[in-house]
Amino acid sequence: MLIATNINVSLGKTAILHGVNFEGQAGHVTAIVGPNGSGKTTLLKAMTGELPYTGSILLDQEDVKAIPAPALAARRAVLPQNAGLAFPFTVLEVVRLGLIAGLGSNDSTLPRRALEHVGLAGYEGRLYHALSGGEQQRCQLARVLVQVWEPTRDGKPSWLFLDEPVSALDIGHQLEVMEIARSFANNGGGVIAVMHDLNLTSMFADRILLMKNGRRVVQGDAQHVLTDDHLSGAYGCRVRVNVAPTQHCHVPYILPQVANLR
Amino acid sequence: MAILDAGIRLSPPQAGDRGPQALVVLILCAALLLMMIIASLTVGASGTSLLQALFTWASGEQIGLREKVILFDIRAPRTLLGALVGASLAVSGAVMQGLFRNPLADPGLVGVSAGAGLGAILAIVLGGLLPAGIAAVAGMYTIPIAAFLGGWASTLLLYRIATRKGRTSVAVMLLAGIALGALTGAIAGVLVYIADDNQLRDLTFWGLGSLAGATWTKLLVAGPLMILALSTMPFLARGLDALTLGEATAWHLGIPVQRMKNIAILTVACATGASVAVSGGIGFVGIVVPHLLRLTIGPSHKFLLPISALLGAAFLLAADMVSRVIVAPSELPIGIITATIGGPFFLFVLLRSRGVLDI
Repeated sequence: MLIATNINVSLGKTAILHGVNFEGQAGHVTAIVGPNGSGKTTLLKAMTGELPYTGSILLDQEDVKAIPAPALAARRAVLPQNAGLAFPFTVLEVVRLGLIAGLGSNDSTLPRRALEHVGLAGYEGRLYHALSGGEQQRCQLARVLVQVWEPTRDGKPSWLFLDEPVSALDIGHQLEVMEIARSFANNGGGVIAVMHDLNLTSMFADRILLMKNGRRVVQGDAQHVLTDDHLSGAYGCRVRVNVAPTQHCHVPYILPQVANLR
Repeated sequence: MAILDAGIRLSPPQAGDRGPQALVVLILCAALLLMMIIASLTVGASGTSLLQALFTWASGEQIGLREKVILFDIRAPRTLLGALVGASLAVSGAVMQGLFRNPLADPGLVGVSAGAGLGAILAIVLGGLLPAGIAAVAGMYTIPIAAFLGGWASTLLLYRIATRKGRTSVAVMLLAGIALGALTGAIAGVLVYIADDNQLRDLTFWGLGSLAGATWTKLLVAGPLMILALSTMPFLARGLDALTLGEATAWHLGIPVQRMKNIAILTVACATGASVAVSGGIGFVGIVVPHLLRLTIGPSHKFLLPISALLGAAFLLAADMVSRVIVAPSELPIGIITATIGGPFFLFVLLRSRGVLDI
């Protein structure tokens, strides 16, 4: 269980987050959505211990601030929005960086398996800089996956923090990546993902936090959060939420309401 | 240089794992260093040869006093010091480049060398003003001690400026380093302006760098510092690898980033300060050696740091030998040799590999 209570974050003199509360559960994909600049990434960075904050963040009943970097790295991995790379590493070398603290499995086949998992088998020897944006994003995901390969370890859940994991991907790879996140959660791990695509969010997230202007608008399941009023209010545009029946359940899907369509 | 050429063509191999390739380069560089050590003990203005001495010794005869003095009191400390300085300069460069995530960073860039240099210049020009008691105690070590203190002080100052709330900003450090370098350069300029002719000659010679003054005592003063700096390599390797993804990601990967950065800064201060103190301003080693190796074995610091140490040591010994024999019985300052060999070769490799690698 990840519980963030009354989180405030300021960058310089500007307050970014104002008393945000958030809950993420192991076995769930929890999405954070909201318009640009609403504080989604800042909240994620506070929860991964990257940004200083006031308030309390408990990861499986432990204060995140009190967990040393190596111990924290063994329990959670973070996929940043933009991961630069200073030197020309190969794809395999980048993925191996996920094992650098030597905390998780020392199975040497893991990086290659992770690359297969994200659809980059055969790319091992390519230079990272020579990959396309989407390939780089999947390569980084493979690096994150080898860090916490087992969704649960010693009875405790592992956590994935993903900041816009599908932003550079085509629809096929978007679904592939979301299914990886889904299966990680189904096997007992926890996934916290900042998302822009509301329909993908609706399809894959168990719980959704909707944010606006550094504040929590609402948190709950898709049916509860993804409503005409909530979305129109948060995003400042008119949307209509319909429900698509699938094999297992009803999934809300979002249609923008625009005056001037073709 | 065929090794390096082959490496560029091999890199990166299909499997994506450059470890085996790096291991081969490591062994080759170790062999090269061994050859350079033997050559450095053999080559010199006097014509005394290590092999000849060994031959004499093996045949049961006494080695002459002159040979003994030349081999054990002149060439041996000079060879060891040269190897240590070369290794320290190359590793300082590699660590600094990893820390700043920039392949062109160098201790010269963040003011460590400039600070050490200012210390040395202060000692040369104003050393005569020291109280007689202190001058007597410091003696011939006045310049080395001043250079080391200068490097140390500039690193500490830089670190204070760049660190806020326990976090070091690499950008602020880089910019502050440039400002500090300019400031120390200006002060040094004033000192050079007021220096007399004899001091100017000392300054020029020191500024170009030389291993000519190597003694066992100098080695004992600076050696432990350089060995201490080199011993941090295994710890730094993992951290610097993680840091290529940025400070935040390195921390997410489980690296205690702040501690790692502190150790990296201290390593550079120790290695550069001690090197400048005993050998003056020898340029180009810290930037050429890691660069060439990155083109050959890739950027992973696990191999880059130790192989940089080996190749840096071999490179400096080779340059020192050239400086000893090229105008024998006189000597050229070694800095001239490193720049003359290093500059064009560096450009050559850069041009050749421009289309192959993204650098």
